[in-house]
Amino acid sequence: MNTKKRGRTAYLYILPFFLVFLIFKLYPILYTFVLSFCNMDLLSGDLTFVKLANYKRVLNSPFFYRSIGNTLLIWIMSIIPQLTLAFFLAMLMSNRWLRGRAIFRNVYFFPNLVTSVTIGLLFGALFSYPGGAINSIISALGLKAVDFQNRPMLARMVIAIAICWKNFGFNIIYFTAGINSISDEVLEAARIDGANAWQTTMKVTIPLMRPILIYVMVTSIIGGLQMFDESKLVFTSVPGDATTTMIKYMYDSAFVRSQFGYGAACAYVIFVIIMIFSAISMFITREKKR
Amino acid sequence: MRNNTQASVSSILFRRNLLRFLANLFCFLVAIMAFYPFFVMVISASHDNFNIMSKINVLPGTKLVENYQRLTRNINIFSGIKNSLFLSVCVTLVETYFAVMAAYAFSKFQFRFRNFLFGVVLVFMMLPGQIGIIGFYKEVQAMHLMNSYLPLIVPSIANCFAVFFYKQYMDTSLPSELIEAAIIDGCREIDIFHRLVVPIMRPAMVTQAVLTFIGTWNSYLNPLILLNDKSKFTLTLLIATVRDATHADYGAQYLGMVISVIPTIVIYCFGSKTIMEKITVGAAVKG
Repeated sequence: MNTKKRGRTAYLYILPFFLVFLIFKLYPILYTFVLSFCNMDLLSGDLTFVKLANYKRVLNSPFFYRSIGNTLLIWIMSIIPQLTLAFFLAMLMSNRWLRGRAIFRNVYFFPNLVTSVTIGLLFGALFSYPGGAINSIISALGLKAVDFQNRPMLARMVIAIAICWKNFGFNIIYFTAGINSISDEVLEAARIDGANAWQTTMKVTIPLMRPILIYVMVTSIIGGLQMFDESKLVFTSVPGDATTTMIKYMYDSAFVRSQFGYGAACAYVIFVIIMIFSAISMFITREKKR
Repeated sequence: MRNNTQASVSSILFRRNLLRFLANLFCFLVAIMAFYPFFVMVISASHDNFNIMSKINVLPGTKLVENYQRLTRNINIFSGIKNSLFLSVCVTLVETYFAVMAAYAFSKFQFRFRNFLFGVVLVFMMLPGQIGIIGFYKEVQAMHLMNSYLPLIVPSIANCFAVFFYKQYMDTSLPSELIEAAIIDGCREIDIFHRLVVPIMRPAMVTQAVLTFIGTWNSYLNPLILLNDKSKFTLTLLIATVRDATHADYGAQYLGMVISVIPTIVIYCFGSKTIMEKITVGAAVKG
């Protein structure tokens, strides 16, 4: 067998992948970078080089900062209950005495299967005013119906609930995998040393689950900061654009207002922001050196 | 003395059972909350607007057929299902075939720049997907491929995560000796790939394929910017227009949502086990 000839076959095998990669993955990213320094004439499509003007505009735009704030608010409101609930449920479901664990896991995972478009419409309809299903319950309890769409904080909260609803079951599976990977001997040892359930969780389970926790944190940051579908679809118009996320802002700039250069600059600023947040989360959850 | 121990044992037992009951109850309540939106969706799909708006509905209504007629009068939901199905099947097939191929090269061959190229795959796996979307749009426009499924299908060949996942699986589950034996027996390279690698990789391919299928079925942003001919709309795009097309017709809206969920649920029923495994494997690999 001829190793050199086999090496040539390998290039043939990776050729389709890298050909498409260059054309449809790398080139768009680089082209977006070039666009971010240009303004595009709408009719002719001609580019004029404007240096850093687009970036200056992005960094001076109150709307862009507001969209960052919106994204962070929605993200925090969804991530904290989502991870707490998922972790707590994963801990509960790791107990053999809990009845119907398989059923629970499937029911919790179910929302994850629903298209985010459908989730958007569904939560928009559930929280609509005055006749949505949630308002029907509120009215049945004898309270006044709430206009979720026209109250910025509540509108953000509805989106946060939708995302939380979609993702908590998914995180349960991650956490369960983490809990299962802890060997029984370690937990046994903790019990023999007289640790109660709370101490075992805080001092043994959570430290041992650090890699999974980091992974879940980082992926949910990257995913959460790229929120788009729910922002676009849950409510069609919210006063003060309170539910416009960063990606939604970029989308509106480029595809609604046709300012492609400006949108491209937005994309790169968003990219830097996401990188910064991922770095921060890795820094916080890093292994402490002794 | 004996009574005392008995009493304390029974009190411990009581406390333990109470805790267990509360834990069960908690899980049950969360399950109800998780299921409630589905419940509203399915029940409301068979009610008219008046019922949906004015009270809490627990039982199915009688307006299913009317809702269906109004829904299909406004949007052609079956053309959406057909388009989504076509797109998802194409993407799944193309991605699976070429990603396994690339992963095979990375896993079982020695060639120059191998580590560098695989590093590129890893880096692009981590990059946020939307960073190049404007450039992608302009590129597709320049290629005159707007309103075509090609720019939605072809890029899936370069799915970095799939390559990474398959390579990981291949490193452990595909013995190099097997390939060497095939070479000694005079098997051609392309036959080795088709007759040896692909069958061994089947379990991993099924898992990744199920997730790719659901992901494509659910994708929204790319079809949204690339397709503007209504007859080519995918199901997600059509569903997104239901609200505008039906105004405040909640019955028809809910029915549209129910129809959009059914296909993924069917897929999930067949593939739930592999999905769970895949997620767990992903977590273990990253961990």
